[in-house]
Amino acid sequence: MTDRAVQVRGLVKRFGEVEAVRGIDLDVATGETFGFLGPNGAGKSTTISMLCTLLVPDGGSALVAGHDVARERDAVRRNIGLVFQDPTLDGYLTAEQNLRFHAELYGVPKAVVPARMQLVLEMVGLWERRRSLVQTFSGGMKRRLEIARGLLHAPRVLFLDEPTVGLDPQTRSSIWGYIEELKKAEDITIFLTTHYMDEAEHCDRIAIIDQGRVIALDTPEALKASVGKDRVQLQVDDTDAAIDALRAQFGLEATIAEGAVTVAVSAGEAFVPRVFAELGVPIRGVSVARPSLDDVFMSYTGTTIRDAEAPGGGGPDPMMRAMAGRR
Amino acid sequence: MATTSTRPAAAPEVPVRVVIPPGGWRADMRGIKVVWQRELIRFWRDKLRIVTSLLQPLIFLFVLGGGLAQIASGGTEGVDLRTFMFPGVLAMAVLFTAMFSAASVVWDREYGFLREMLVAPVRRGSIVLGKCFGGATVAAFQGVIVMALAPLVHVPYSVSMILEVLALQLLLAFMITAFGVMAAVQISQMQAFMALMQMVVMPLLFLSGALFPLTGLPHWLAVLNRLDPLTYAVNPIREAVFAHLSLTPAAQAALLPGITWFGWQVPIAVQVLVVVLCALAALEIAILKFRQA
Repeated sequence: MTDRAVQVRGLVKRFGEVEAVRGIDLDVATGETFGFLGPNGAGKSTTISMLCTLLVPDGGSALVAGHDVARERDAVRRNIGLVFQDPTLDGYLTAEQNLRFHAELYGVPKAVVPARMQLVLEMVGLWERRRSLVQTFSGGMKRRLEIARGLLHAPRVLFLDEPTVGLDPQTRSSIWGYIEELKKAEDITIFLTTHYMDEAEHCDRIAIIDQGRVIALDTPEALKASVGKDRVQLQVDDTDAAIDALRAQFGLEATIAEGAVTVAVSAGEAFVPRVFAELGVPIRGVSVARPSLDDVFMSYTGTTIRDAEAPGGGGPDPMMRAMAGRR
Repeated sequence: MATTSTRPAAAPEVPVRVVIPPGGWRADMRGIKVVWQRELIRFWRDKLRIVTSLLQPLIFLFVLGGGLAQIASGGTEGVDLRTFMFPGVLAMAVLFTAMFSAASVVWDREYGFLREMLVAPVRRGSIVLGKCFGGATVAAFQGVIVMALAPLVHVPYSVSMILEVLALQLLLAFMITAFGVMAAVQISQMQAFMALMQMVVMPLLFLSGALFPLTGLPHWLAVLNRLDPLTYAVNPIREAVFAHLSLTPAAQAALLPGITWFGWQVPIAVQVLVVVLCALAALEIAILKFRQA
């Protein structure tokens, strides 16, 4: 039990008629970086809200840091850090005051607060700006401060809900830098949601979620391997001859994609020397591409993540709806 | 983008260990304290708000009071109308500030900060209590500023008067903040909250007798006055102030008839009790609503 930071069994959440989360099972090991990948509206935020005790599950169970999210809410809250999609900082307070507020609210012992504050602020490169009002911060700085705040009370599990959404590429990559740094510095489990394929690659394991269900769960490599084959593209002058030779020599059906002769093979790199030696058609260039998570999502759902988001995506984000209170 | 560096600084070798204590009343006390502190910090930052919420009572006292003093002189038995209005304005200063404090709940929701508080391992009730104490504190601070103007309206300073009034102002401010939080938890837009507050607070203020004596009111007005919880805060404040003035018995009778329920003269202690009960009821509902939020 102790080696599981998160344990979810048959988790269900309904909003009226709509079943947003339809029986999710998953385990996250301590120290793991676990990614929740799926289009908007797939149930990612609803699931994370339940794990963070902001929503009460309608069915199933979830343990976070060994505590039940429905029955031991305070115990769960003491052990988790949260970074939301939308800012939850007080702009009228300084960075330092925001952190102090948090430290006191979570009961971080007074003796360790200064050291802890310096540690997290230096980690996100905001130590020099600690006395500035948060309203003077850029979007990226605010997100970094939120990450610092989420870590202040040394949570055992850090939840990041779309940590880099709406940020420029440079800030995005620096936030990933902090996350990597963090994993080295602290014994922490990271549970994040994203709909960026390239970001999911940073995770140890990924759950692909679509329409309220986990449809695949594995390491990024294994998921991509399950799609199977690498894509090898050959630059040749005589495409017809190359296609014929591929069929004759290797028994492969090649197509022309992006102006190159393209074949799918299971071990792309090993295939390259063979194709040079045995094809008998002059080759000007070659490229090998691994299957991307886009291909994975596609193979499981028959659609790309971008297309999955398009129809009927206008509904309010469940996390926001949960927070907005009842009207 | 980043002013300092976009690369993370090297983390220290040994991370600082933190052990979060379990919940319980200590956690709740911390919650109350930290929310209260934040209210004070924010109030102090917002100098404009300090000035604007002082402006309205002062306009009532000196502009309205000064202007009406001439035509009112017949009914005040020689007492300056501004002297009469002063206790009402003491209540009013507290009223507006406390209302703004409650509005911060709506603001917190709009800007997401409410979530930071809702996911914390403290009881929701302690957050509401912290808000109400914060509102009471900043409102009483405004009340003290207005009280400092006493000599301008022929009310001499007196330590016991100041302490009595301050205690009543704290109580009134607590009640108003609790009322405000109760409403604010259910309203998600600032404009809507402000409109509601204007709609509710102004009539409550006028009905309370803050600006006119409760003698010879038409029956319907007298009934509404007795139903207004503010009445039971304004009257004790006025009693406290007038106790330090040397009024003629005629003026006393005209300006300070006290509150009656069906002919029964309601003692001050009962009046204060009414305010306390209203405050507790509002607080209870506010906490209840907040738990569901």
